[in-house]
Amino acid sequence: MRQVYMDYSATTPVKKEVLDAMIPYFTEHFGNPSSLYTYGLEAKDAITKARGQLAHLIGADPEEVYFTGSGSEADNWTLFGVTDKLKNKGNHIITTKIEHHAILHSCEFLQKHGVDVTYVGVNPDGTVKIDEIEKAITDKTVLISVMLINNEVGTIQPVKEIAELAHKHGILFHTDAVQALGNTPINVHEMGIDLMSMSAHKIYGPKGVGALYMKKGVNASNYLHGGAQESGHRASTENLAGIVGFGKAAELAEKNLESHIKNCSSLRNYLIEQIQKKIPDTIVNGTMEHRHPGNANITFEYIEGESILLMLDHEGISVSTGSACSSKSLKPSHVLTALGVPVEKIHGTIRFTVGDFTTKEDIDYVVETLAKIVGRLREISSVDEKKGW
Amino acid sequence: MALYNDTVMDHFMNPRNVGEIENPDGKGVYGSPVCGDMMQITIKVDEKTDVITDVKFKTFGCGSAIASSSMATEMIIGKTVDQALAVTNKQIVEELGGLPPVKLHCSVLADHAIKCAIYDYAQKHGKTYKGLEGFDPEADDDDEQAEGCSGPSCDKK
Repeated sequence: MRQVYMDYSATTPVKKEVLDAMIPYFTEHFGNPSSLYTYGLEAKDAITKARGQLAHLIGADPEEVYFTGSGSEADNWTLFGVTDKLKNKGNHIITTKIEHHAILHSCEFLQKHGVDVTYVGVNPDGTVKIDEIEKAITDKTVLISVMLINNEVGTIQPVKEIAELAHKHGILFHTDAVQALGNTPINVHEMGIDLMSMSAHKIYGPKGVGALYMKKGVNASNYLHGGAQESGHRASTENLAGIVGFGKAAELAEKNLESHIKNCSSLRNYLIEQIQKKIPDTIVNGTMEHRHPGNANITFEYIEGESILLMLDHEGISVSTGSACSSKSLKPSHVLTALGVPVEKIHGTIRFTVGDFTTKEDIDYVVETLAKIVGRLREISSVDEKKGW
Repeated sequence: MALYNDTVMDHFMNPRNVGEIENPDGKGVYGSPVCGDMMQITIKVDEKTDVITDVKFKTFGCGSAIASSSMATEMIIGKTVDQALAVTNKQIVEELGGLPPVKLHCSVLADHAIKCAIYDYAQKHGKTYKGLEGFDPEADDDDEQAEGCSGPSCDKK
């Protein structure tokens, strides 16, 4: 059976060049980077090289990049580390309603420990309400955190403008760039970013490696304790092969950035155009203007997303859904809720993300299969365009 | 490994008795799209023998909602109204060989939908059944639903 992976925002396959770069660091050059003999030194050199590759991709100085175990860890580190460091200045964070749970659940935890959090809303097109951020600022605000690209609807947020606003009030600005890295040009210095979370497995690198960019002088308190790794900022023996893979993936992402964006957005636009042409009663969620190049988030009216997902999987196609029925919490997507999409329509929402290995033939197969599946599920459904919702 | 077992997948991929009976003897709708699942059931009943001769369903919902709807229709075709009223969600899930625990409370609507349809039949034909005693079509007993989702009751539409 034909297999079509169309969930690149969930994770990406490791590219061969990346894997090839990693392998020797499992077997031959396996040393502990903290060791002072040759094995250790060559491991340390490999990490230095990777740090340089990632720093180059984002326009940072290498010493501003700290490797972590994941993008989620970088988010946690930022929130816990900044609020601790600046606890004498204030105890207020501003973020948005559409952040990843790594931000939202960390904020909920901090709220139980005396930190105030303001969750700013978004416009129906998915862009954050900057005026609400400005209104929420108090003299106790220590951090504003707004994701660069949303993981569900792909909206690219105007972070440069938000960073300027933060700095005008002497507030640090953090962005979760896990979905953005390699999918939009990033220059942390030009964009005024103080802290930024990243992850390797969204850019054709391995799982289990992330990074935090922390501008010189920011010095958030440590999150992991117990060793002097990462210039004394993050304890844990380094994930050597993983970091090497992240570095290589970053190098490739930089080299391919322009063609990646061009190819993905053209395939994505073709996908949306074909779906709208061949399947009635569909709605594209989020703006098409400033959007992740591979993201298409579409509501199929009158049917439910988990059913669509299962039937697509049966035909070898992998996608994800915002439906409550597919989430362990049984809650519909908080992002689509924040955009104002009615709950019954959130249930019928599918996120497709194309990537570097997607072909036009894949899209033709997906649309053809999808048309049959949507038709079949609408025959089964107790809701239709005549009965309405 | 898979989310659902083979029986559930079979009833989901090839649901039995999909559709809507024209001029049904009884019709019930239970659940709501806001909650993510809504089942409609139409039945034909032989008035003399009280046997359910035909059942058709339509369901908006996830895999387990569609599979349990399909299974439920198979379980009540050819049964008397009393026997159909005795069918519980637990039995439907057992016949399906089990469902993931998280799905048990939200997606199995069939026993209520069947009761709604039989209630409709009983109302129209002036019948009373032991199994309908204490059954309130407006009842709101579904407290396990997703947040912001008030429990559904029989829907007359």
